[in-house]
Amino acid sequence: MSIDTKDADPVELVIAPSPAVAERRSGSNLLWLLNPRLAVGLVILAVMGLGSFILPVFAPADPSIQATYMRNLPMSGVHWLGTNALGQDIFWFLVFAVRNSLALGIVVACGVTLVASVIGLSAGYIGGRFERLVMLIVDTFITIPLLPILIILGALIRGNTSFFTVGLIIIIFGWAWDARTVRSMALSLREREFINMARFSGANTFDILAKEILPYVSAYILVGFINTVLFAINTEATLAVIGLSKVEVPTLGSIIFWALSYNALFTGHYPWIVGPIVATVTLFLGLFLTSTGFNQAFASKRGVS
Amino acid sequence: MGVVAYVAKRFGLYLAVLFIGLTITFLLPRLMPINPVDGYIGQIQSRASGTLTPEAIAEMRRNLEELYGLKGDLLTQYLSYLKRVVIDFDFGPSFTYYPQSVSTMIVTALPWTLGLLLTATVIAWLLGNMVGLVAGYFHKRKAASILEFVGILLYPIPYYILAVTVLLTLAYIFPIFPLSPTFPVGQMTPEKVGMIIYNSLLPAITLVLAGFGWNILSMKALAVATAEEPYVTYARLKGASNWTRMTRYVFRNALLPQVTALALSLGMVFNGALLTEIIFSYPGIGLIMRTAATGGDYNVLYGAITLSILAVATAGLVIDLIYPLLDPRIRRK
Repeated sequence: MSIDTKDADPVELVIAPSPAVAERRSGSNLLWLLNPRLAVGLVILAVMGLGSFILPVFAPADPSIQATYMRNLPMSGVHWLGTNALGQDIFWFLVFAVRNSLALGIVVACGVTLVASVIGLSAGYIGGRFERLVMLIVDTFITIPLLPILIILGALIRGNTSFFTVGLIIIIFGWAWDARTVRSMALSLREREFINMARFSGANTFDILAKEILPYVSAYILVGFINTVLFAINTEATLAVIGLSKVEVPTLGSIIFWALSYNALFTGHYPWIVGPIVATVTLFLGLFLTSTGFNQAFASKRGVS
Repeated sequence: MGVVAYVAKRFGLYLAVLFIGLTITFLLPRLMPINPVDGYIGQIQSRASGTLTPEAIAEMRRNLEELYGLKGDLLTQYLSYLKRVVIDFDFGPSFTYYPQSVSTMIVTALPWTLGLLLTATVIAWLLGNMVGLVAGYFHKRKAASILEFVGILLYPIPYYILAVTVLLTLAYIFPIFPLSPTFPVGQMTPEKVGMIIYNSLLPAITLVLAGFGWNILSMKALAVATAEEPYVTYARLKGASNWTRMTRYVFRNALLPQVTALALSLGMVFNGALLTEIIFSYPGIGLIMRTAATGGDYNVLYGAITLSILAVATAGLVIDLIYPLLDPRIRRK
């Protein structure tokens, strides 16, 4: 089990499995998947996901409407985190923000995963000149710093866009990393013995795809999916923080944008700024732990690394 | 593949990246449904409170299109754009600060961004790799998991959260640093330099923290894998000390993917630097872009993005050209 450190993809190694994990039984139940990281990550995600999608039903008022309540109320039983300088309830704004950010992240991740899988797999399997061309484009997209492009787009379309156009733009400029990973996966799969084995045993292409490749790939795709959710939420929030997303829509970024532009720091309005920080860190930690936890679990199941 | 082939291949990629990057920058605004010239004319008209005649407006439109390289069909525009950017490094005048040229604005801001970015990246890289190496080499000890935990905690936190948190703790709760930093301009004196360094510390801390986590995690994973290699066992049997094995055997080999990772992640690091500048009002490219985006100053935006692509691609090229010095296999093959 030697890892050639020169050819190893550093990106994969990071989230990667520690190599010395013995193969565990792969029974019919899913408990083998559970390791501490994954458990913690899933609990965080479950609480925040369910909470943010169910709670809005009980919201007393749409938190994005300004001047619903008195401004700058302190924390109390009625307003758990108080109200902000715009007369919005901070707690409910935060709940809606987590929901919108998560929804955007999931939509973008679906798009990115689809594009990246198609491009990466085709580049890996077809190879040759096609692969070189595709990889050139992929490397370009990775090299080009995304934020300046997003700032230009944000400046151009600001005000005339829906929240999900922002998502679309993130898809267009965010698929390259994943495509790179998928392609290196496809490259290594092409040479694997169990694929040849299946072919020699008389399995047709569909069987190979469905029974040999998909289970192997799905783990990576799932991990990549979660990482893309992280990336998408982060990117939208980044744009929102500098005021170039749809800041009227509550997201984890726009809440900080409003807090900063109303100088919550100077006025000592802690809940407004600390609330979103705690929520974001928790959510991101949950997503990250889930993705690395899955990676660990799948690596130990495959018994390969 | 010798060094020459390696360098040639890498240089080819560099040119391709620049070309595709410039093309995207050129096409983006032209694919958008919004015409900046309309925006400018609208602004001028509202300043002149509607006293402009239609002829004057048409004349102005012609002039603006000439000035901003929007004349002729797409191909003519594209060629003259490439000529202007590549040969003359000219992005036209700024709209907000007319007639100051965009190149001057960018050249003034560039040293600020580069200084902050390079310092922070080098510190984060060195520090993260050292911590990661120790955590990976002694990965069976308790302390190693604590170090890794720090990495896990830091890595997924976005730049803007780190920036706001650093600001909140070090400028508000513990007022060690100023809440709104001042960066003196003009002739540099020792006091001014000291003031700049003092005021740059907060953004630098943010950038170091952000790069730190990733480097710990990836170096740790690499060091764990490398420490199990047969040549490390051989070195141990030969009687090499722990320190020698860790630095000369494990670190030397785990270093290479880390250098590649650094080159690949430069774009992200640059994004983070722009954002950090904006949040801390640090007078670099990021702040210029933000101001330009708010004021609809598109020439400045295109200049800044072209320069960003150039800077990131060049930095990646430099790192990759250093690579053969670190990896003898490329030299000897």
